[in-house]
Amino acid sequence: MIASVGHRSWTVLPGFGLALGITLTYLGLIVLIPLSGLLLKAGDAGPAKIWAELSSPRTLAAFRLSLGMAFLAAVCNALFGFVLAWVLVRYRFAGRRLMDAMIDLPFALPTAVAGISLAQLYSTNGWLGGALAQAGITVAFTPLGVLIALIFVGLPFVVRTVQPVLEELDREIEEAAVLLGAARWDIIRRVVMPPLRPAVMTGATLAFARAIGEYGSVIFIAGNMPGYSEIVPLLIVIKLEQYDYLGAAVIASGMLIASFVLLLAINLLQARMRRWQGG
Amino acid sequence: MEIAVKNLTKRFEHLTVLDRVNLQIQDKEFIGLLGPSGSGKTTLLRILAGLELADDGAVEIDGRDSSTLSLDERRVGFVFQHYALFNHMTVFQNVAFGLQVKPRQARKSSAAIAQRVRELLGLVQLQAFEDRFPTQLSGGQRQRVALARTLAIEPKVLLLDEPFGALDAKVRVELRRSLREIHDTAGLTTVFVTHDQDEALDLADRVAIINRGIIEQVGTPVEVYDAPKSPFVFDFLGHTNSFDCVVRGGKAYLGENQLVPDEVIRDGPAVAFVRSHDVLLARVDKAQTTTSTRRLPGTALVRFISALGQRAVAEILYERRLIEVEMTRETLQELGLQVGSKCTISLRHARVYARREAEEQTRVAERAAVRPRKRRRFRDRLSTLR
Amino acid sequence: MARAKASRVAPGQALPLSESPGVRVTLIAVAGVFFIVFLLLPLIVVFAEALRQGFHAYWSGLGDPETLAAIRLTVLTAILVVPVNTVFGVAAAWAITKFTFAGKNLLITLIDVPFSVSPVIGGMVFVLLFGLPGVFGPWLATHDIKIIFAVPGVIIATLFVTLPFVARELIPLMQKQGTDQEEAAIMLGANGLQTFLRITLPNIKWGLLYGVLLCNGRAIGEFGAVAVVSGHIMGLTNTMPLHVEVLYNDFNFVAAFAVASLLVMMAFATLVLKTVLESRAALKSPSLP
Repeated sequence: MIASVGHRSWTVLPGFGLALGITLTYLGLIVLIPLSGLLLKAGDAGPAKIWAELSSPRTLAAFRLSLGMAFLAAVCNALFGFVLAWVLVRYRFAGRRLMDAMIDLPFALPTAVAGISLAQLYSTNGWLGGALAQAGITVAFTPLGVLIALIFVGLPFVVRTVQPVLEELDREIEEAAVLLGAARWDIIRRVVMPPLRPAVMTGATLAFARAIGEYGSVIFIAGNMPGYSEIVPLLIVIKLEQYDYLGAAVIASGMLIASFVLLLAINLLQARMRRWQGG
Repeated sequence: MEIAVKNLTKRFEHLTVLDRVNLQIQDKEFIGLLGPSGSGKTTLLRILAGLELADDGAVEIDGRDSSTLSLDERRVGFVFQHYALFNHMTVFQNVAFGLQVKPRQARKSSAAIAQRVRELLGLVQLQAFEDRFPTQLSGGQRQRVALARTLAIEPKVLLLDEPFGALDAKVRVELRRSLREIHDTAGLTTVFVTHDQDEALDLADRVAIINRGIIEQVGTPVEVYDAPKSPFVFDFLGHTNSFDCVVRGGKAYLGENQLVPDEVIRDGPAVAFVRSHDVLLARVDKAQTTTSTRRLPGTALVRFISALGQRAVAEILYERRLIEVEMTRETLQELGLQVGSKCTISLRHARVYARREAEEQTRVAERAAVRPRKRRRFRDRLSTLR
Repeated sequence: MARAKASRVAPGQALPLSESPGVRVTLIAVAGVFFIVFLLLPLIVVFAEALRQGFHAYWSGLGDPETLAAIRLTVLTAILVVPVNTVFGVAAAWAITKFTFAGKNLLITLIDVPFSVSPVIGGMVFVLLFGLPGVFGPWLATHDIKIIFAVPGVIIATLFVTLPFVARELIPLMQKQGTDQEEAAIMLGANGLQTFLRITLPNIKWGLLYGVLLCNGRAIGEFGAVAVVSGHIMGLTNTMPLHVEVLYNDFNFVAAFAVASLLVMMAFATLVLKTVLESRAALKSPSLP
């Protein structure tokens, strides 16, 4: 009796061939072939052009902006997202349910809607933009605007990653620490935080990955001035509109590789999270 | 339905889970596959069911190679360890499932199906529960639903994977009786897997003891308990007390006693395995030896006594080793032993195995670690036997 | 090592099992302010701007023929994309969770790719494939088949970005459920289809609905990928989000926010359904939506 068919071991359940066939074909057509096409096109450009494209001041400025603001936004979201998760899980207050349900809004909301809404809110005659202008701070059409938009976009990630871990935390551990004489702050620092750290890291990395590729939420508020408030995705779109397909392909490939690296990092972090939870 | 397992081998990654296993299962037999976790017993069961394929060897059902048979022709019913009940269906729907998925020609009318389902629920005494969902049932009730569901398709062979594993002791005993009754009335051939030797020895006509993919011994419960062929089987079926001895010229020497090994063992170091109830104690000051027992040299110290129910268990220290002795409460009182008393030991019955085999298959060496393992010269060993 | 002053528990005093009330209030306030500034205000702005010139302007903004065309295209996209990606998600989850084979982890990672790359790339790859400079460009041009800058392009780009949603919900769920029930069904004589329909499907129904809901939400709201592929041809290849952009860039703010308000209401409906499904299934989203 042959037990191994190809790379897998036989089981009594049917449908493997069909299911895998559909999966691989569809994935190949929609994802693999198009993405390979992108990388091939970028390769077509030749090393000289690739270097020129990636090192042009405009491109560098865009990468600096995208990566830099994404990083800052991830840090902000790590901080405030943690506070939000803490408050939602541990405290009871009026409006808690509503707040909890609405955390997912940046997810469910079309990015263009978020984009125009934030642009309006922070423009110099907007509710917040006006108030800030009086304090001398301009948000619209500056990197600060980009930052605000990216904070909005990444908000749910840290909250939704930390919440389940916080909920599963065994309160008995804290009780044991108290009975051993520890003060509240010590307990938080030494007993509660450690299991949450991987979750915060994972959430922040997810937020970061989302933020570097974000387009719709940012382009309305950013002003899109090359070398100043132009993000990488927009640069790609502009190159496409100018029919500079090679240039666009090169930059997009750069982003693609960055995304892959982040994806791997996220998988590793999530595996670490599962270990911490004794999974 | 006779099942013949011939040289069955199954590998999983680099581990050999079943190693050339051979087993003959008679028609209408109730046989238990007994072994520790990881021994391969569940894998063997699943291969019998057709849920997995072996890498080598064959399973023959009534003389025909099972790989040529379709699932209906095999007439196998399988009860999973965690029951695998369909949680979104009621008890009635679970039991009816096998009857409802039959191809159109073979399917009975829904009235006939309903009648059969109710019959089966009556058989397992769950008539009042037909509209409940599995999550609303206790472990024992779920087990009975799983059984009824399997019986619905009228199998000739019933395969059960650790059927009573997750249940309370009392529920287990009740279910054991029902299972045996169902087996007898329906004329099934039943194979069940368990790691609980009480269960296996209680229920089965024959027991196959399996360890690390190899069948160590097959026999009736009495056979395997009284005449275990290997140290593993002996140790697996009950507590083992072990005494070092030496084999010379085909006889084993333990103190001044001669034991005749049941099988031929080469000269050299050996171990005598003795059951707790085959160790007899006597107060030092009251010499009570009968000719049929064998007294060991030296005295032992009673360290611990526990009287559980009608049995008493004493832990005694002999030659820096802890020996467990089982006797009735009356005997304990007659002997007048207490913690701290000194006593002598006699052995009623012992089985001798080669020392190396015993150490490979059981944890004799660890138990003997009470005494530091010095390498002793043969001459010194002889001197202790005097 | 320096220790914070330990709060020795005095007789009759409760154990310090939580933060002091002062700390609690501060944290809630911080969370509240953050919430209001970043979540609530943007929402309110949409409706405030949409209704700035009164209800009449709002309705006419919505009744515009080009707006209606955008709504039609968005609905069409959702109707086509969601079922296709649902079938894919179910097939992928079935293959991945019920069988063992080499390369499984790679497959799961690949399914996640559309979720982790910028949506702009999601549109761009199809421009490179089907646009004039692309592999199929010339062939398509000679046969007068339009994909890029036409509706098919919009559909395909949306297929790309919404591909993972159903699979991502089903895979952890089905992994947790294992294969026991399906094996039991097969042992009882069911064939593959019966097993899937009567055993698997009922067990995954809430996760499936959840995945479909998220897939739908993204299909309706997708912007970046579709922006690249559509060419912004008014009345033809504009989805609702694209139409919002066009109106906004034309300084037609009331109409832009009016259409945006429709999208907000759809997002709300998604959130409400999501909450309902979450409590029904008592599942915490195993992966992020």
